[in-house]
Amino acid sequence: MRNLFLLLFICIQFAAVAQVDYSLFRRVQKKDSTIKMNVDAVYSRPFLQIGKTPVALGGYVEANSNYMVTNGKTEGMSFQMRRLTIFLSSSIGKRIKFLSEIEFEDGTKEINIEFAAVDIELHPLLNVRGGVIMNPIGSFNQNHDGPKWEFIDRPISATTIIPSTWSNVGFGLWGKYAKNKWAVAYEAYLSNGFDERIINNAENRTWIPASKLNPDRFEESSNGVPLTTVKAAVRHRKIGELGISWMGGVYNKFEDDGIELDKKRRIDLFAIDFNTRIKNKIYINTEWVWAFVDVPETFSQQYGNKQRGGFLDIVYPVLNRTILGFEHATFNVAARLEYADYNVGTFNETGGNIRDDIYAIVPGISFRPHPQTVLRANYRYHWQTDLLGNPAARTAGFQFGFSSYF
Amino acid sequence: MTKKTLLLLTAFLFFLAVSCKQLTEKITPQAPNDDQTLDGPIDGLSAVEKRQFLAGDAAFNGEVFFSATGLGPYFVATSCGSCHAIDGKGHPFTTLTRFGQSDTLGNTFLAQGAPQLQNRAIPGFTPEHIPAGAAFSKFMPPANSGLGFIESLTDTQILSNEDPLDANADGISGRANYVSAPDYFTAQSYHQSKNGKYVGRFGKKGAAVDLEHQTVNAYNQDMGITSEYALLEPAINGLAFPYFDGVPDPEVSTNTVNNVVFYLRTLKAPVQRNPYDGDVLTGKQIFMDLKCSSCHTPTWTTQQSRVPALVGKTFHPYTDLLLHDMGPGLDDGYTEGTALTYEWRTPALWGLGLSKKSQGGGYFLLHDGRATSIQQAIELHGGEAQTSKLQFSNLSGSDKDKLIKFLESL
Repeated sequence: MRNLFLLLFICIQFAAVAQVDYSLFRRVQKKDSTIKMNVDAVYSRPFLQIGKTPVALGGYVEANSNYMVTNGKTEGMSFQMRRLTIFLSSSIGKRIKFLSEIEFEDGTKEINIEFAAVDIELHPLLNVRGGVIMNPIGSFNQNHDGPKWEFIDRPISATTIIPSTWSNVGFGLWGKYAKNKWAVAYEAYLSNGFDERIINNAENRTWIPASKLNPDRFEESSNGVPLTTVKAAVRHRKIGELGISWMGGVYNKFEDDGIELDKKRRIDLFAIDFNTRIKNKIYINTEWVWAFVDVPETFSQQYGNKQRGGFLDIVYPVLNRTILGFEHATFNVAARLEYADYNVGTFNETGGNIRDDIYAIVPGISFRPHPQTVLRANYRYHWQTDLLGNPAARTAGFQFGFSSYF
Repeated sequence: MTKKTLLLLTAFLFFLAVSCKQLTEKITPQAPNDDQTLDGPIDGLSAVEKRQFLAGDAAFNGEVFFSATGLGPYFVATSCGSCHAIDGKGHPFTTLTRFGQSDTLGNTFLAQGAPQLQNRAIPGFTPEHIPAGAAFSKFMPPANSGLGFIESLTDTQILSNEDPLDANADGISGRANYVSAPDYFTAQSYHQSKNGKYVGRFGKKGAAVDLEHQTVNAYNQDMGITSEYALLEPAINGLAFPYFDGVPDPEVSTNTVNNVVFYLRTLKAPVQRNPYDGDVLTGKQIFMDLKCSSCHTPTWTTQQSRVPALVGKTFHPYTDLLLHDMGPGLDDGYTEGTALTYEWRTPALWGLGLSKKSQGGGYFLLHDGRATSIQQAIELHGGEAQTSKLQFSNLSGSDKDKLIKFLESL
């Protein structure tokens, strides 16, 4: 599979290089002036159209340096090629579109189809989507492109509680309606879901992203029960966008060959997200998630049945003018506060709080020579406390990096 | 871009690079002092030994077992580090339960899954339960630090402190626990056999002869992990594990077991904090005056070891490694080897002051963590320690504080 993707990628590169006439590529101009929402993320990406074909290409790349120290110990500086993501889309008909996102993470360590779906518009409020869909839980999972963010690391809660990018094979409906200053949107999908890896993994905790290691999840459900994901969002042009979402289903293999092995055990995630721009300048983006997992009582308390976490990003554009010859460049200062608790509860033996949590603060600066390219410098400090509540392991360090659509 | 701008930008980037390096040292977390941690190797290891230490550290603190890698299906913990956070004492959440043996004649509940209870199970399995009529006791995981020093003592050294009949009439009558060594045990020159049994020096009752014995047992009985030394999954209430769990045995390699044993053998000894503080010195004198040191022997010197860096080292564990009658209050009715139910092997006191850092901010002391302060732990002493305990209760508040301050400095 990996080789196939590599071949595809190389072919695309060769095809692109072979085109001497660069006028063949033209930047797709978006004239849509409707209020943008997180649901639009997959449509709001920059694309290059190849000649007069209905096919458009795009993608983004991000890389960074990393220097972190944990309680005085460091592995030194390293460089990371976080992601190379290729978008490919086409208009099959006037109201039928195909969009895809293929991601290479950490070089070729992970290659994922993050999105590959066909949208059929029956009505603006009733679109049918099928294929590999991104489950609309929270906002980050839908709207995760690196160049959109001022921070090098993805939010902790959005990657370790909500396992962004979390996508599955499924079908569903979505729609959006905008009028005057208001817009509303909804999404509802049935898809393949989680498996027992979430409580049966090498992380020694309930680890929802562990299900992403299931190589069969794009082929079949682990238990035959669809995962349901529903999101509703409303946006006011001045106030901002508020979204609430739920994703839930059965995660365990409760029967095999008609023989009952266990009761059905559920996982449910609830998320709320909000973003706004204060006085048209200060950008605020936040998301909070609660996760509930039915962990067998006879299993270890190490594996929690409740998790919660969230992040708050504040971005303030200090300069917005021609900088170093780049027109409309911006220089931002930003800060992220984040938290994730992987085991909300108390010990049966002592009644004391179970910890297993992490807090982080990430101040940073970013320079955008172009709206689709960002150079970022972050200082990260986080406190990670073990299950028992022993003194937190303190980690801090600097990251420099860039991310750009192409 | 003008030349001036370019120059300014270059200067700025250079300044940023230089200042970042200096800033990094200022605003990144500093390493705690050596006396504040229990982890880290002993001094004097060779380059090869350091690599083995790191490999053992990774297996001990980093390897988590789950069903696909052999966990259980019946178990107590999912990793070594779960019970020994930062190599320190455990927490009531991680106590293990042993059951079945109530006298020196052996464990009559072996056929029902004794001695260790596997109180947890992977999803879809029902954990073990304590059979009706079986005595049991809960054991708090100990700290790992300095174990190699203790392992390097000769049996002769340990036995020299025995006084089973209290010949010197001081009220203290320590004796060694003789236990059956496992088949894979290789006696060293410093081990002495008595009727085919060996001196146990690890465990609450002194039931493990050496660190290999302790480690193999922990992999098998605590995590349900088979090794070359223990190829069978733990039997649950007498029922042998009925089918192949899908993970080839041994579930942990001999190499990994050896690395973990080496790691435990070469973890440094705890470093005393503020040893020259006036109150600490006074507290130490009180400790000696109350004859606490009759059992909590302060100082030993190793004579021979499998690790060259451990030979001829003087260390201060505050234990005589012998069994003592601790009175009816600490008699759980369960025992191991030739120990009686009210006898416990003197626990080492080194690292006591760092216990809170591995026990979630509080103390859980004595064999099962029932004491939540050092004072409470002292007050729960009985039997051979009765006189010392009474003397402690007669101390002034200030002297009690100094004694506790000394103990917390260890």
